[in-house]
Amino acid sequence: MRTKAINEVTLEFPSHSSNEGFARSAAACFAAQLDPTLNELEDIKTAVSEAVTNAIVHAYPDTIGKVTLKMRVCPGNVLEISVKDQGRGIADVEKAREPMFTTGGQERSGMGFTIMESFMDQLHVRSVQGRGTTVTMKKKLAARMKGGK
Amino acid sequence: MEIQEKAVDRKLLLTFSGELDHHGARDALRRIELAIDAALPKTLVLDLGGLTFMDSSGIALILRSQQRMQMLDGSVIVYHVPPQPRRVLDAAGIGRLVTIK
Repeated sequence: MRTKAINEVTLEFPSHSSNEGFARSAAACFAAQLDPTLNELEDIKTAVSEAVTNAIVHAYPDTIGKVTLKMRVCPGNVLEISVKDQGRGIADVEKAREPMFTTGGQERSGMGFTIMESFMDQLHVRSVQGRGTTVTMKKKLAARMKGGK
Repeated sequence: MEIQEKAVDRKLLLTFSGELDHHGARDALRRIELAIDAALPKTLVLDLGGLTFMDSSGIALILRSQQRMQMLDGSVIVYHVPPQPRRVLDAAGIGRLVTIK
């Protein structure tokens, strides 16, 4: 069963690349309630940028589709972020997660999943061809002293 | 994102500022290729000091620049990398492929 969220937000936007910046800024704003360090905040922004870019580039290569960004604060100072699309899906998830593997051409590096894995604590990818992909990431933020300096 | 160009004695300096993500990467790549073709440098210096954010799109940009420079028998130096872009480069192990100072 899923952990009950303390707070959550769901955002939905079309897969325009100009929304990459919006998505990571929104993630940083939502994460702010957990009092993250600057490094943690940057890690979250980077991981969200990678996941949303994947949806924009790979799920909807020739069309504009819907991207759903869902963020939840779970007990234990855990931030859970999922990026969902209804695009073409990933044929081989294991292969897609390998470093340097890309089907995205010149301006992609194939390092997106590697960076999500390295900047977040957990990464789960569920994909059905022709139906879409959901990437779920979790990060436990360091507990900080309430009211401390 | 903005890119400033300066070419002196077959050394091309490109200074980046703002946020480098997929949205701006294609235009940036074209700018870099045009600048390299115009200057035909021996050394390409990518100064990332003004970047406030970079994701893996920056890695692709650096690797493509490197390929372009290898065709000219030249080299690439990545300079002034702020902490967040640095962690992205480190996570991808790019320091083994490109000179970072």
